[in-house]
Amino acid sequence: MTFKPISFTLNGSSKAAFATEGQNLLDFLRRAVGDLSPKYGCGQGTCGACTVMIDNVPQLACLVLAESVEGRAVNTAAGLANGPRLDPLQEAFMERFAAQCGYCTAGMLVAARALLDANPRPSREEVIEGISGNLCRCTGYEPIIDAILDVAEGRVQA
Amino acid sequence: MIRGNMVEFRKDIFADERDDNLNEIGKPTRRQDITGHVTGRSPFFDDHLFEGLLHLRCVRSPHHAARIRRIDTSAAQRMPGVMRILTGQDVPVNLNTLLSLLDFGIDDEPILSTERVRYKGEPVAAIIAETEAQARDAVAAVRVEWEVLPHVLDVEEAIKPGAPTVLDIYPGNKFVYHGKYDHQKLRLGDVEAAFREADHVIEGRYQMSPIEQAPIETCGAIAAPEQNGRYVCYTSTQALFFSLGTASKVLATPSSRLHFIGGTVGGGFGGKVDSIHEPLAILGTMLTGRPVKYAWDREEEMQVGAPRGAERWYLKDAVMNDGRILGRKFTGYFDSGAYTRLSSYAIIKGVGHLPGPYTIPNVHADVYCVYTNRTPATAMRGFGITGADFAIEAHMDKVADTIGMNPVELRILNAYRDGDMKAHRRLAKNCALIECCQVVAEKAGVKLSPEMQAASSRVGGGGARAHLPAFTATDEHGRVSGYKATNYARKGAKPPDLPGAPPMAQHVSHQASASAPPAPQHSPATPVPPGPPAPKRAGPIRFSSLSGFRRR
Repeated sequence: MTFKPISFTLNGSSKAAFATEGQNLLDFLRRAVGDLSPKYGCGQGTCGACTVMIDNVPQLACLVLAESVEGRAVNTAAGLANGPRLDPLQEAFMERFAAQCGYCTAGMLVAARALLDANPRPSREEVIEGISGNLCRCTGYEPIIDAILDVAEGRVQA
Repeated sequence: MIRGNMVEFRKDIFADERDDNLNEIGKPTRRQDITGHVTGRSPFFDDHLFEGLLHLRCVRSPHHAARIRRIDTSAAQRMPGVMRILTGQDVPVNLNTLLSLLDFGIDDEPILSTERVRYKGEPVAAIIAETEAQARDAVAAVRVEWEVLPHVLDVEEAIKPGAPTVLDIYPGNKFVYHGKYDHQKLRLGDVEAAFREADHVIEGRYQMSPIEQAPIETCGAIAAPEQNGRYVCYTSTQALFFSLGTASKVLATPSSRLHFIGGTVGGGFGGKVDSIHEPLAILGTMLTGRPVKYAWDREEEMQVGAPRGAERWYLKDAVMNDGRILGRKFTGYFDSGAYTRLSSYAIIKGVGHLPGPYTIPNVHADVYCVYTNRTPATAMRGFGITGADFAIEAHMDKVADTIGMNPVELRILNAYRDGDMKAHRRLAKNCALIECCQVVAEKAGVKLSPEMQAASSRVGGGGARAHLPAFTATDEHGRVSGYKATNYARKGAKPPDLPGAPPMAQHVSHQASASAPPAPQHSPATPVPPGPPAPKRAGPIRFSSLSGFRRR
């Protein structure tokens, strides 16, 4: 088995770790780097539980080769909070009961963060479009949409 | 302050049931685990990292039914990274049924099949390798010689004479209750008499699909050696002690040597009670001395993950022009798939739910737990009830449509009122269907007649509606009368010979009573359908109120 060193930035910090040949970014982040916030849900790019940002663009980590993030900036749900200060989206998700089992939540939050970074005042339809790549089976989408709109419309302060 | 959508409480409906000195009920509150969820730190089973973790994947049947002539693992054994290959011979107790922990049902399902497979995707061997990719490659290198057998995928085809037998211990492809009954039966009054008296006889057939729970976290477990001969198991199970007991039984290992850690479940909905992964992960770690992970990928979750079983219901109602339902007859077939799992229990729940929340004086139900060569069914949110309710409520709409009545009013007219006798010989209490219907009609803008608007669950019930029918037709073998609710559940008590109780107001007059067999027949001569003999059981016998089965 061959290993390849990968240097990249994870949630603002420099990281280096070895990836195995053909390893996807999800497995690399979880096993080699130790960031467990992106989740495996399908391995086929259909559920969104592994959503991370690569150079500020949301991507599905299960479909990205680990070696392709060499020199790039990766952001995950684990980096949304700034120390003890949570991202307003995290606050809103807690207030709106937008996480039941919590398994899709990390990917959902990254997708929501990417949406608000690109479009700080989305309409309800744009929020729905923004999280349309993220499946949720138990919370239900309405509290999630409401939570994102709470942040977009300034009802939640971090 | 939580801003969740406020639940609307109609406290007046349950005024005498409520205790308003409650601190949490009725007020939104934060989940205790939500901080972990939003920060990505909640520990799901796969969020525990182990040095030297091995990966287990199963070799699965491509056929619905087949005999296993030979499993050749020699090529797989030589593949890179392969540490160990398991077959059924490696499993200490390679036969289980989930409810055996409650002593309900006969062990019927191998952990890894050795002789036959009964559904597509059934596992016959397991590869344990250094990486998941190596395990996949080795799975593909296992050669299984199959002798394809005829299969059956439809519940009614499965119970026809000559249909392929799914499980030899259930030759008619029906689960056998109490060691002798091939279905669950419910009888109240005489539906056939009701059909004769009814203005309308309305029939329907209702078929639901199997439904996959589809949690975003697929099912799985990681096991690792601990100290002193103990093993730790991190699992996605919804039923930690159920999985612990199952693993203990299958591995013939005292549960004190198994350290189960769960509680953080990435969506379950019933699909994570089957305890499939824990025994093999622990067995793998016992045999390799290394941590082993066994988890389904998404394709396996959808293909072999046990769904809510499909149900087929036939309903036949005796209905009067004014909407009163005099009789309701059910024939139900519950598709258990290839093994029992929880389906036999689901049917007990389902039959306990008939005929729906309606006071119907003549009820007849025969419900079968049928084996087919489909993926075994298991729990899912109200299983056993949901499918029956789908059929009942779809049929209520059909009845309303047929007689030209507002479907909400049809339900209010027939709804349980406090004090009514249910088909199970229990009195209805704390009823609120009428009030729910009234609120729904109001919100949906459906106008109800003043009479229906004024109806109440607390008015009009009981009295004659509380009486059991003087006569209950059982089947072609005999007729039983004189039951009282209080006698029904008394263990070992012989039902008393009571003269007929006064009939219910809505009960059909029973013109057959004059010509009925003279004496109540409590022990019909030959009520026992064909089936295997009851298994011999050691030890003293006691009665389980849960399953109705006699327990050791």
